[in-house]
Amino acid sequence: MTRIQIITILINFLFIAYVARLIIKGKLREEYAIAWCVFTLLLIVFSFWTKGLELMSKIFGVFDPPNLVFTAFIFIILVYLLHLSVVSSRSHHSITRLTQELALLKENMNKEEQAKAKM
Amino acid sequence: MTKILVIIPCYNEGNTLPLLLEQLFLLKLPAHYQMKIAVVNDSSGDDTKWVAALYPVVLLDLSVNLGIGGAVQTGLLYAKQNGFDLAVQMDGDGQHPPRELPKLVDDYEQKKSGVTIGSRFLVEGGFKSSFARRVGIRYFHWLNKVLTGKSIYDSTSGFRLFDKKAIAIAVDKYPDEYPEPASLVLFSKAGLTIQEVPVMMSERLAGQSSIRNFASIYYCLKVTISMLFIFIRKLN
Repeated sequence: MTRIQIITILINFLFIAYVARLIIKGKLREEYAIAWCVFTLLLIVFSFWTKGLELMSKIFGVFDPPNLVFTAFIFIILVYLLHLSVVSSRSHHSITRLTQELALLKENMNKEEQAKAKM
Repeated sequence: MTKILVIIPCYNEGNTLPLLLEQLFLLKLPAHYQMKIAVVNDSSGDDTKWVAALYPVVLLDLSVNLGIGGAVQTGLLYAKQNGFDLAVQMDGDGQHPPRELPKLVDDYEQKKSGVTIGSRFLVEGGFKSSFARRVGIRYFHWLNKVLTGKSIYDSTSGFRLFDKKAIAIAVDKYPDEYPEPASLVLFSKAGLTIQEVPVMMSERLAGQSSIRNFASIYYCLKVTISMLFIFIRKLN
């Protein structure tokens, strides 16, 4: 096992431990955690299985194995970013509706209070 | 009896709001009209909320800043829940003079259009805004014509009257950031008639337009995308 392998494996385990901690503490919803766990597991697999990358490059017809890593990961990251934009758009929409309903409720309450005060 | 709600979206308009409200209270609409005013305070940093509370108006106080579209939509939501027949949007900065409101109402009485827009460009005089802005407005006129087949000259005008059907649609789908041009595509897709009425607008008494400089490029892009996708999207 080479030095860089040991370092990556170590960092990967630290990372997965951190993700686990976030879930346990309730700071990360499970559905987002899935993606992070899968990425980390992938990294761990390839740090143990060094021949794997070369094999993959051959299968995909990529000349230089590191290029496969960059291409694949940039693509995955882009897809994940898009997913986050979708999530944030949805939250944005919910916040708008909540704020509007809250304003209407406040108005209703004020009206009732005024009616009571008059009685 | 026709119930009409005047929706005034406000963002830091504490200085201009009293004048607008005083003018509105003096306004004479046809006898069978019953007018109510809703001030929507879009989380202003100034005293808008307290100023509005001094008047006999419905005060809708947003806890988070939603932008003009979200604020107007709040008023429309109130109109729908309380069974109003008509709703009219009137900006809080004094750009839309209350004395022009009867023109919209008269036109609605004659034609019963879904949306009646107060337009700056069908009449001589009044405030017309800068050259660059007019170019933008002309572009939206063109885009609207391509998408809806209707010729609407002042598609960015916020001074507009909604009927019951238009209110129901806007409550559901009003675009939140720059709603004016894009919502026209929405309304005409829903089969509503859109009518333009010449009105005289004033220059705003205070504050700035939400659309300036670089923001205007963003504005054009965003509205274009918004219009195209509303055009493609199925209504339900």
